[in-house]
Amino acid sequence: MFKGKITFWRVVLAVVLLLAGYATVLRFARGLGASTNLSDAFPWGLWIGFDVMCGVMLAAGGFTLTAAVYIFNLKNFKPIVRPTVLTAFLGYLLVVVALLYDLGRGYRIWHPLVMWNPRSVMFEVAWCVTLYTTVLSLEFAAVIFERFHLEKLVRLQKMIVIPLVIAGVMLSTLHQSSLGSLYLIVPNKLHPFWYTPLLPVLFFLSAICVGLAMTIFESSMSAKHFGKQLEMHLMRRIGRTLLVVLGIYTVVRFQDLLQRGVLHLVSKGGYEVNLFLLEIFLCSVAPIALLMIPRVRESAGGLYLASVLCLLGFVTNRMNVAITGMEASAGQRYFPKWTEISVTLAIVGFGFLVFALAVRYLPIFGHQEESQPISQFEVARDGSPELLHVRP
Amino acid sequence: MSKGILYDATLCIGCKLCEKGCAERNGLPYDDNVAAEQKQSEHKLTVVLTKNDKFMRRLCMNCEDPTCASVCPVGALQKTAAGPVTYDPSRCMGCRYCMLACPFSVPKYEWSKALPLVRKCDMCSDRVAAGKQTACAEACPTGATKFGDRDALLAEAKERLAKSPDQYIQHIYGVNEVGGTAVLLLSSVPFDDFGYKTDISTEALPLLTYRVLSHIPDLVTIGAVALGGIWWLTNRKNEVAAAEGRPESSKP
Repeated sequence: MFKGKITFWRVVLAVVLLLAGYATVLRFARGLGASTNLSDAFPWGLWIGFDVMCGVMLAAGGFTLTAAVYIFNLKNFKPIVRPTVLTAFLGYLLVVVALLYDLGRGYRIWHPLVMWNPRSVMFEVAWCVTLYTTVLSLEFAAVIFERFHLEKLVRLQKMIVIPLVIAGVMLSTLHQSSLGSLYLIVPNKLHPFWYTPLLPVLFFLSAICVGLAMTIFESSMSAKHFGKQLEMHLMRRIGRTLLVVLGIYTVVRFQDLLQRGVLHLVSKGGYEVNLFLLEIFLCSVAPIALLMIPRVRESAGGLYLASVLCLLGFVTNRMNVAITGMEASAGQRYFPKWTEISVTLAIVGFGFLVFALAVRYLPIFGHQEESQPISQFEVARDGSPELLHVRP
Repeated sequence: MSKGILYDATLCIGCKLCEKGCAERNGLPYDDNVAAEQKQSEHKLTVVLTKNDKFMRRLCMNCEDPTCASVCPVGALQKTAAGPVTYDPSRCMGCRYCMLACPFSVPKYEWSKALPLVRKCDMCSDRVAAGKQTACAEACPTGATKFGDRDALLAEAKERLAKSPDQYIQHIYGVNEVGGTAVLLLSSVPFDDFGYKTDISTEALPLLTYRVLSHIPDLVTIGAVALGGIWWLTNRKNEVAAAEGRPESSKP
């Protein structure tokens, strides 16, 4: 990975970082007007819709997997807890970075912690994200302590891990759903495909789907790029769970659409309808259809494909809520400026880079603490120990 | 007694002196170019819209239960007992949730500034506190914009509708919209023509989020106890298994 070779993706990353550097100067020297396509009619754009809403959603693997391992005692999954917690921790840190770009006065980002308004959903999200980032840093601290052989701190961290995980699950439940609640206040502005009193429920359920899909995605990527063995027996179980949760999500989503009687709007056609159909196809139809087929569900490539579709689907969903669904009432279209896009890409690229560095220098994979060699045993029982390299 | 503004479009002659008075009070530049602008912005907190020979003002409605004040995470926006919805620039971090949430899309942003603030009409809260009327009402030569106690203005509006039913749309905009607003509007043409939504909820919008937020304490308590309980059960099962010398159960 780090051999100093010039590869395609490194060139892309370099270009993106250069553009983002220039965009950053523009943003902080000349303000949001000069550096974004935001306006009075469209005050929230890509940085909120993608960087914050999708960023938090994509980091949902952290609470899903820690709950499975520590609360439900599914110890088999322990080997993939660390990379997942790392992803979540990085995700939340990057959300904060994005907020520093998006907030008009980012240096006041701490204000909600001291200037309270408990009636505000945003206030609750601010508190939950702050607390959960702290929880994640403490969960992740185990890796740092272990790396530098701080035995006392390792033991201390183990003592508080259960309360930490419980706090993490509660905080995540609250703010994952609250990102949906943010939009409950705009019944006259958000398109009926997306405005529903069930927004918080749908956001929470989809966060779990994304958490599971992200775990498959990230394990597959790690298998490909870091030469780690993909724990197929774990991936299959996650795939089955993903199928179940996607099913629940889809039933709730359609039950809501039918009950509110808005499905007939599909026949009108047009911009919103196309993006709505794309979302439904990617979130529900395609991944569920794929995962229903045992051969696909049992194969690494099939699981990878289903999880990528699912991730794209829920990214589309969040962007539809934040952008597509708000355009008609704003009376104008919004498309992000190059500055917004380059900053967003740079943040994503930066995430990949830090993840790769962390994997290289910290005990993220292959730490065998407490985990029995169940994996080999189960792989053997399942048949093929697929040492797999995913074909995307 | 809560104050309000009654704007009667049938009395308005479109002189825009209210715009000028507003700009002066808020320290904003005002000239012919600004006067010609037909929309609210960060440098034009109120606007007299013109359509053929009809006029309609737009300004902050200073809602009775304001959505902006409920969504603001730092409490920068507040409803005062006197009526105005005020903005404290020293608190604002610039999340712009107020702009997204406002059912009338009133708050505007200083997009061109490196350190921007939200700008909106605050019903001249300082003048009102000092016992004066708003700058726009003071500037109005015809009485189209009238400042006073909201209850009294509402009674007067009803009287005008009853006295000359042919002259008005039989609706006082702001009585029930989003739970009522301090600003009341009368018009001879449909309010929709000037962008005032008439299909808007008559319930105060903050209830929509408050209903969900109010469940949080219960959710946290029940959730934390349930998770702790599940942990205890799964952990206990393994402890017992270990004590009995069986291998740990690792299945769910």
